[in-house]
Amino acid sequence: MELTALQIVWFILIAVLWIGYLTLEGFDFGVGMLLPILGKGRDARDTEKRKRVMLNTIGPVWDGNEVWVLTAGGATFAAFPQWYATLFSGFYLALALILVALILRGMGLDYRHKVDSDTWRQRWDWAITGGSGLAALLWGVGLTNIVYGTPIRMNPAVKGDYLFDGNLFTLLGIVPLIGGLTFVGLFLTHGAFFIALKTDGEIRSDARSFGVKSGLVTAVLAVVLLLAINLKHGSLVSWVATVVAAVALLGGILMATKGREGWAFIGTFACIAFAVVAYFGALYPNAMPTSLADGASLSLAAASSTPKTLTIMTWAAVVFTPVVLAYQAWTYWVFRKRLAVHHIPDPEPVAVVK
Amino acid sequence: MDALDLARWQFAITTVYHFLFVPITIGVTALIAIMQTIWHRTGDEHWLRLTKWFGKLFMINFALGLVTGIVQEFQFGMNWSLYSRFVGDIFGAPLAFEALLAFFLESTFLGLWIFGWDRLPKKAHLASIWLVHAGTVFSAFFILAANSFMQNPVGYTFNPATNRAELDDFAAVLFNKVQLGTFPHVLFGAYMTAGLFVMGIALWHFRKQSLDRGADLSMYRKAVRLGAWVTLAASLLVIVSGDLQGKIMTEVQPMKMAAAEGLYETRASAPFSVLTVGSLDGTNAKPILEIPGLLSFLGTGSFDGTVKGINDIQKEYAAHYGGSQLTASQSYVPVIWLTYWNFRLMMGAGFLGMLFAVMALVKTRGDGVITGRMWKHIAIWAPILPVIANSFGWIFTEVGRQPWIVNGMMTVQQGVSSSVGTSSVWISMIVYTLLYGALAVVELKLLLKYIKPGAVPVEAPRDPSDRADDEPLVFAY
Repeated sequence: MELTALQIVWFILIAVLWIGYLTLEGFDFGVGMLLPILGKGRDARDTEKRKRVMLNTIGPVWDGNEVWVLTAGGATFAAFPQWYATLFSGFYLALALILVALILRGMGLDYRHKVDSDTWRQRWDWAITGGSGLAALLWGVGLTNIVYGTPIRMNPAVKGDYLFDGNLFTLLGIVPLIGGLTFVGLFLTHGAFFIALKTDGEIRSDARSFGVKSGLVTAVLAVVLLLAINLKHGSLVSWVATVVAAVALLGGILMATKGREGWAFIGTFACIAFAVVAYFGALYPNAMPTSLADGASLSLAAASSTPKTLTIMTWAAVVFTPVVLAYQAWTYWVFRKRLAVHHIPDPEPVAVVK
Repeated sequence: MDALDLARWQFAITTVYHFLFVPITIGVTALIAIMQTIWHRTGDEHWLRLTKWFGKLFMINFALGLVTGIVQEFQFGMNWSLYSRFVGDIFGAPLAFEALLAFFLESTFLGLWIFGWDRLPKKAHLASIWLVHAGTVFSAFFILAANSFMQNPVGYTFNPATNRAELDDFAAVLFNKVQLGTFPHVLFGAYMTAGLFVMGIALWHFRKQSLDRGADLSMYRKAVRLGAWVTLAASLLVIVSGDLQGKIMTEVQPMKMAAAEGLYETRASAPFSVLTVGSLDGTNAKPILEIPGLLSFLGTGSFDGTVKGINDIQKEYAAHYGGSQLTASQSYVPVIWLTYWNFRLMMGAGFLGMLFAVMALVKTRGDGVITGRMWKHIAIWAPILPVIANSFGWIFTEVGRQPWIVNGMMTVQQGVSSSVGTSSVWISMIVYTLLYGALAVVELKLLLKYIKPGAVPVEAPRDPSDRADDEPLVFAY
């Protein structure tokens, strides 16, 4: 089946939503994972202040960042219902784990500061760091699986339906696992450059030098990963995007060594964005390629909604996406000032009440 | 239990749990916006203190509503993949709209409101909380449009070539007649919930201040009266919209209306039993208190109207739907004792909450004080009652829809995921349930901790231009 222009538009829009999600929540995940590393101070008091500086860099924005994945999910449901159905039922336990990770992390961010007790804070630190790390890893494993191929076949019992013929362990192949580690490394680096950009004092330089180190390790992983994907499913778009992503990452690291934090952050931002382009470029024209010899790939055409639904959705996207982008950008402008330990107030008096 | 039963339980558990927090979020953002607006207009410090206090309580509640909401969007595909593929062309769009128009607005401006007290100009800060509220209302609209499609599918045609339902008329889906009753009912129910939340919590402190002759008596009086007035106004609109829903339900889901009363035989001037004894499912019911003709009135608008009984509808449905795999079912009768009692508990809890609001309004007039022990219980039950009413209302609505996943179009059995095994659903359900349970305990403790000290005095926010760059933040994680 030939793809229509509307179907291609929606494939691109879903890629855009994933770019929005991974570039934005990517640094939230990074900040969460870096809490025990960059949060370490000279003493307990300094450690606590540093952690709070880090958490406050994402405080006003993390929730808005997370909405990108809800929109990606909703848009997939509306534009490619069979993709949504096959993917979400197929990757069942992996997604359930992601949900648990996101729940723990979100509760940690919202509740950590609400009680002035070390034990309380320690527990939520675990939730934030563990949740961020697990979500980053599993998004990497999951998205890589989609592109690399999974056991997809037609459902013999229901006309038009496609099934994932595997379980959680089917998803733990070597390339997807490299994908998971690459996401973790990329988000650590992205988060470190974000902290370097948004803070001042010791933590700023610590973040910068951490980002350089984690970035170099990530670069090696990313090259292996994207080569593996391109050699199997490569297209012109995915090869070009891979090269751009690699250059962006290396450029970002170089800028960090020169103390140019804004450019370093743009580097990892662009690297994540073009990595998503490479993934989607390799995926096209499928929604879920099959890894089975006797299976059937789920094509975008077979997964798609009707032209009517796609048209309505296109109008909504054209009108409202710029509005959303404008007010989200404005939020970043409002909270543009760098934070340092002296900005952190003492715990609220109400929270001390026993 | 097989994967189907488990998926049902999982949907019930996660959805009822999620909806404990949703109406408070919708309603309380409106009340906080009103409080902050009054503070802007009058400069009365009491309203600022109340705004900040209820703001904190709201955020404790919102956190759980937010994280459990992600599960909601994912589980259609996870547990109900055949449903998702069958109706995605219609059902997916409202969900995408909800994320794009509502969730972004809600979460972005909430971040601005929470962290923006010293960063935004006063008016922009006030506008933020109103925009958060607008986001919650949009969200309710779109998700209820999606749910209304399941109660009364409209605006679609079945395409045998693709083996799925396809969109015909999006406006018909958004303005489904079921939606026109449901959306106001849920929205005003949320305002009622928030009214009683604010009233009950403030009432606790009002009584304490009455007993101790505290200096903040007049502040809590304001909060009690605001909450009570909102409750009263909202509950009247809940009744009006509920009545409208009853009429529409009788027309499009007659089985659900019959199940609400346990009415087995078709009859004219059908009575409404307030209370019955006998068997739970009404097969051998002995009514204790019965209002003649009321069911007919609820369903048809006339005390003599004819309401169809369960047995007749069952026969009719078996003949009409029995032939196709998508619609065939052994029985088209929902679990009667659940629908019967949930319907009554919903209304009972709602009316009791309304009564509390009237009592509070009478007692707090002028210089009136509240000292009686009974009021302690009213203060505790006021926020709980509407939460019960909301839950029972939804359990009634969804159980009453059974065995359909989409009324008259597809049974629940036909919508369950085809490739998800029993063990997967067991694992996820145990994990969610344990996690949700633990978080509920934490949430409740935290709420009580923050309710206890009351609306403490706060520093007046300053304009961002008056603040030095190195000053500590007013609000920080």
